[in-house]
Amino acid sequence: MADLLQFLVSGITVGAVYALLALGFTIIFNASDVVNFAQGEFVMLGGMITVFALAAGLPLGLAALIAIVLTAGIGVLLNKLAIEPARGAPVVSLIIITIGASIFIQGVAQIVFDKQIHRYPGISGDAPLRFAGATILPQSLWVIFGATAVFVALWLFFTRTLTGRAVLATANNRLAAALVGINTRYIMTLSFGLSAAIGALAGLLITPITLTSYDVGIPLALKGFAAAMLGGLGNPFGALVGGLLLGVLEALTAGYISSQYKDAVAFIVIIGVLFVMPQGLFGRKSTERV
Amino acid sequence: MLTVEGLRSRYGRIEVLHGIDLTVASGEIVSVVGANGAGKTTLLRCLSGVQPVSTGTITFRGDLITTVPAHRRAARGLAQVPEARQIFTNLTVEENLRLGAYLFADERVDKDMAEAFAMFPILKEKRNLAAGGLSGGQQQMLAIARALMTRPSCLLLDEPSMGLAPILVAQIFEVVKGMKALDVTVLLVEQNAFGALSISDRGYVMETGRITFSGAAAELVADPRIREAYLGI
Repeated sequence: MADLLQFLVSGITVGAVYALLALGFTIIFNASDVVNFAQGEFVMLGGMITVFALAAGLPLGLAALIAIVLTAGIGVLLNKLAIEPARGAPVVSLIIITIGASIFIQGVAQIVFDKQIHRYPGISGDAPLRFAGATILPQSLWVIFGATAVFVALWLFFTRTLTGRAVLATANNRLAAALVGINTRYIMTLSFGLSAAIGALAGLLITPITLTSYDVGIPLALKGFAAAMLGGLGNPFGALVGGLLLGVLEALTAGYISSQYKDAVAFIVIIGVLFVMPQGLFGRKSTERV
Repeated sequence: MLTVEGLRSRYGRIEVLHGIDLTVASGEIVSVVGANGAGKTTLLRCLSGVQPVSTGTITFRGDLITTVPAHRRAARGLAQVPEARQIFTNLTVEENLRLGAYLFADERVDKDMAEAFAMFPILKEKRNLAAGGLSGGQQQMLAIARALMTRPSCLLLDEPSMGLAPILVAQIFEVVKGMKALDVTVLLVEQNAFGALSISDRGYVMETGRITFSGAAAELVADPRIREAYLGI
């Protein structure tokens, strides 16, 4: 029983990160139909920039802020320099551009930072808490708290603000959005910035637990993509459920079967989803009249 | 209000508008009629800025707007009800209307919405439902109401009668006719030539990317050549 609890806790912690990644996929996919495989690099940048800002002697709060702002800026640049100029190209080409961007960012990170594995202490230290026989790192609670805060903030943004609804409107019908005066290019830029910032936050929260280096992005992107597919690509609620489910599945596999198969879970999930229910758990159903 | 001179536009290598000249004076209802494929929709897409113009000019309220992006044209008071309505299907009726007034955040937004609901009571009834679930006629009403929320001085309508039952067609044409009372100038593009001309002041007949006839709507309806070719009489 204590084992199960332990697995669930670590599953939910990692799952929260996958959920944030899946959310990043969802936001960009909704705004542009592009599956942004550079999403994992945002997570890497969040962790790495924090590492180097801390090494430069900055306090954690400031280092985190710098990491989020810089990564958001890189997300905006990705859109402006790589996606926007290719506007009108088939979506597959745009997706391949994001894979190229991912490799590029990784290469630059290797030069700007280094090839070492890094970590820094958790926000509330690294002394584990004991709860019903399971040990919980205080940082796990921060990760879960951070993910919850992001989901609540975004939910408020999309349902309570005009700009948020403009993002949804652009996702739903770009032509109509432009015709009511919405600057759809700005909405795209905003989506990339927002996704990058969310990725960075996930990265800087998880680094004390899973460590980081220049090359953690691609595997994370694939996990986040699997989570988004599982929940139903394009649905923020699906991203949350898909992420948590994938994290827990991974942790249970590692715990009860073998940790060697842990990474396979994400890919089995992708294949399973594609075969059995391509729309995912909460995918769009087409009930529109035309 | 709106002047188009020598407008040409192309899709890739294929030119579909071969020099269109057209004017709409303030307060008028003007129709552009013609068969499917004549380039009517392309013309409206050029006017609202979602289709690039190769040569020629578009002047709106004295300003040259040929290269102004679509979202800025809306801000200038040029609104389009696009072909096939293009409502935000997964947002509610009310959210669709609120987004029509995306550029505004003053108390007039609520007033305009109340007026839209007064004009189309069915939309008020369904205001919290997803717009994708509305019938075709209701979607058309929503598209018009949303365009009016942008506070237009000129409304471009693309085939508002398409795919609707005859009783709804009559209703939509009545709504378009009512734009005069709202001080909104109308440029209406229609395949339903008779219906469109019967509520218009003037009309243009378009054929394969060119204007072939123009004149007062009543004259066009009376012209035997047009009656034969477009009105099926």
